[in-house]
Amino acid sequence: MTRTGSTSEDIAVTTMSTQSGSSTPLMPPPALSQKLKWSNGKIAVVLLIASEIAFFGTLIATYIFYIGRDINPPYPQDVLEVSVAPLKVVFNSIFLLASSIWIVLAVKALAAGKKAAFLFWWGLTILFGLEFLVGTGFEWYGMIVEDGVWMGTNVFGSCFYTLVGFHAFHVTMGLIILTLIWVLAVLGKVPPRQIEKVDLISWYWHFVDGIWIVVFTVVYIIGN
Amino acid sequence: MTVVQQPLSPAGRVPALSRLHEWVATTDHKKLGVMYVTAGLLFFMIAGLEASLMRWQLALPNQSIIMPDDFNRLFTMHGTTMVFFVGMPILFGSANFLIPLMIGTRDLAFPRLNAFGFWLFLLGGLLLYFSYFAGQGLQGMGSAPDVGWFAYAPLTERTFSRGHSTDYWILGILLTGIGSAMTAINLVVTILAMRCPGMSLMKMPLLVWILLVDFILVVVALPPLAAAQCMLLFDRSLGAHFFDTQAGGSALLWQNLFWFFGHPEVYILILPAFAFSSEIIPVFSRKVIFGYPLMVAATVAIGIISLGVWVHHMFAVGLSPLVNAIFMGSTMLVGVPTGIKMFNWAATMIGGKIRFHTPMLFCLGFLCQFLLGGLTGIFLATVPFDWAVSDSYFVVGHFHYVLFGGLVFSIFAAIYYWFPKVSGRMLSETLGKWQFWLLMIGFNLTFGPMHVSGMLGMPRRIYTYHTERGWDLWNLLSSIGVLFQIAAVSLFAINIIRSLMKGAKAGDDPWDAWTLEWSTTSPPPPYNFKDIPVVHSRRPLWDLKHPDDPDWKYE
Repeated sequence: MTRTGSTSEDIAVTTMSTQSGSSTPLMPPPALSQKLKWSNGKIAVVLLIASEIAFFGTLIATYIFYIGRDINPPYPQDVLEVSVAPLKVVFNSIFLLASSIWIVLAVKALAAGKKAAFLFWWGLTILFGLEFLVGTGFEWYGMIVEDGVWMGTNVFGSCFYTLVGFHAFHVTMGLIILTLIWVLAVLGKVPPRQIEKVDLISWYWHFVDGIWIVVFTVVYIIGN
Repeated sequence: MTVVQQPLSPAGRVPALSRLHEWVATTDHKKLGVMYVTAGLLFFMIAGLEASLMRWQLALPNQSIIMPDDFNRLFTMHGTTMVFFVGMPILFGSANFLIPLMIGTRDLAFPRLNAFGFWLFLLGGLLLYFSYFAGQGLQGMGSAPDVGWFAYAPLTERTFSRGHSTDYWILGILLTGIGSAMTAINLVVTILAMRCPGMSLMKMPLLVWILLVDFILVVVALPPLAAAQCMLLFDRSLGAHFFDTQAGGSALLWQNLFWFFGHPEVYILILPAFAFSSEIIPVFSRKVIFGYPLMVAATVAIGIISLGVWVHHMFAVGLSPLVNAIFMGSTMLVGVPTGIKMFNWAATMIGGKIRFHTPMLFCLGFLCQFLLGGLTGIFLATVPFDWAVSDSYFVVGHFHYVLFGGLVFSIFAAIYYWFPKVSGRMLSETLGKWQFWLLMIGFNLTFGPMHVSGMLGMPRRIYTYHTERGWDLWNLLSSIGVLFQIAAVSLFAINIIRSLMKGAKAGDDPWDAWTLEWSTTSPPPPYNFKDIPVVHSRRPLWDLKHPDDPDWKYE
C-alpha cells in the first residue's frame, strides 16, 4: 500500500524532528497508552455479578409475569407474612442488610492491619448471614408443613421456591466462602496485602444483599 | 528463540502417557485452544452425519429409511450439537489460542479457570450424547432428546417427554453454558487488563474487538438460558408448573426466555465469522482494513441491537400487531451495522492486490453466502412474509446460509489461515482449493433449493412427504448436494492429517501478516513471547518490516 502526499510527509517530518536521534527501527510515537487501572480480579468479579444479575433478572421477570395468574389457591397473601417478629422475613432482611455494614467494617479493619477487629466484624457478618438462612428455613418450614405450599402446589409455589431458593443458595455459597476466609484468617493466612481478594468477596456479598432488596420488593410487597 | 523441551526418553520421544497427561492437565491457552477446536470439529463430524442421515431419508418421497421418532432425535441432536458443541467451542478455542498471542501476553488471566471451562464443556457434550444410551432411564433401550433444539414447552414437560432424554438435554447444555460464561469472563478480563504496552483499545486487532463484544454477549445472554433451564428442570423433577399450561403455567414464557437467549446466541455464533474475516481479508488484499473505527462501532451496535430482537422468532405465535411491528423494526435495524461491515470488507478489497489463497477463498465464500442469508433474513423480518413461510424449509435455508455458509466457511478460512501457526506446518493449497469448490457447490446445491421447497410449502421437521406436492426435485437436489459436502469435509480431514505428517514447514510468518501472533515461532513456545512486545499501531509487524513508513504515523 502506498501512502504519499504532502500531508503525510509533513506529519512524518514533524514526528521525526521530535525524535532525538533514536536508532531503534521502531521509533516510539509520542506516548504509550495508559493501561486500565482495574486488576484482573476486580473486572472478573464485576462480570460475574453482571451474569448473576442476568440470571436473577430472568427469575424475577418470571415471578412478575406470574403475579396474579394463579388458577388455584393458596395465593401469596394467604401464606406470606410480612412482619417484624423474630425469625420472620422483615427481621431476617434487617439481619442480612446489616451484615453488609459489618463486612465493610471488616475490610476496613484488615486494611488497617487490625486482625482482631477483622475477625470480629467478619465473624459478625457470618453470624448475621446465618441468621437470615435459619430464618428462611423457619419460613419455609411454616409454609411447607403448616400451609402445605410446595413447588407443585401452584404457579406461586413454583416461582416462590425457585426465586427465594436460588437466593438462599447464593447466601449459602457466600457463607461458605466467608467462613473459609475467617478460618484462614484465624490461622494467620490472611495478611493485609490480600486486602483486594477479601474486598472482592465483600463485593459478592453486597450483591447477594442488594439482590435481596429487589427480591423482597417483588415477592413480599408487589406480589402480596 | 529456544523452546523449553520436555525431558526425553532414551528413544528420543516423550512417552505416550506423559504426553496424554500433559494435555489433560494443561492450563496452557494454546493447548486448550487446540482441544476446544478439535472437540468442536469432532462434534461437527457427528452433527454432519446426523444431517446426512436426514437428507438420505428426505432424498425421495415416501421413504422409510429413518422412522419418525428417530428423525425427531436427529434434528434435535443436529441443531443442539451445531450450536452448543460446534459453534461455541470453536469460538472459545480460537479465542483461547489467538487472543493472548494477538494482544502480546503469555496466557489468559485465569488459566486454571480456563481449563475448568473446557472440561465442563466437554462433560456437557458427552452428557448430551450419553442420552443415546440412557435417555429412557437406565433400564432397557435409551434414546436421545426429540424436542427440537429450542425445546418448546409444553412438549418438554413430564407428560409429553417421558424418560430422561430431555433432562440430558437440559443438563448437558447447562454445564456447557456455565463453562462458557466462565471462559467468556476470563477472556474479557484478559482483553481488558493484559494487553501489551502500547496496545490501547483502539489499537487492538479487529478480531480482538469483535470477540470482546461477543464475550460480553455470552456473559449477558447465557445466564437467562440457565435460569429458564433450571425452571424446566424443576417442572420435570420437582413438579413445578412454570411451563405446564394445564396448571396455570405459560408455554409462551418459555419461548420468550429461550429466544431472549437464542437470538443473541445467533450473534454470538456469527461474530467470530466477522472476526476471522476482518483479519484475513486485509492480509490477503494487502491493505489495511477499511474504516476500523466504524467496524468497531458496528460491532458494538450489533451487540446491543441483538439483545432486543428476539420476538422475530415468535411472529407466528399471535402477539399483538404493535409488538410484532416493534420487533420487525428492531430486526431490520441489525441490517445497518451488518451492512456497514459488508461494505467495509468490500472496500478493503477494492484496489488491493488480492491473493487467492484458500483462506481468502473461504472468506469470499463467506461474504457471498452470508450476504444471501442476510437478504433472506430481511425477508423473514417482515411480518407478513414471515407468516407465509414460518417454520418452512425457507427458514431452514435462510439460517444455514448464515450459519453454514457464513460461520462454517469462515471457520475453514480461519483454520487454513492459522493452522500453520498452530502446528508449524502448511495445509495443502491444492486440497484446500478442491475442498473449497466442492463445499461451495455442495453447500449451495443443498441449501439453495430449500428456499424453493419452503416457498412451495414444505414444513421443516417432517420425516417424509408425498410425491404430488411438487417437492421431489428440490429435495433430491438438496440431498445430492450433501454428497459434495461429505467429499469436501473428507478432503479437509485428509488435508489436516497429511499436513501433520508431512506438511511443508510454515516458518514464523507464512502469509506476510501484520498482527503479533506471527512475530513468534510456529508453533509458539509455551511462554509465547521471550520479551513482551511493545506496539505502536494496529499493525505492529508492518512497523517492524517497514521502519521507514510505520503505521503509527497515520493512525
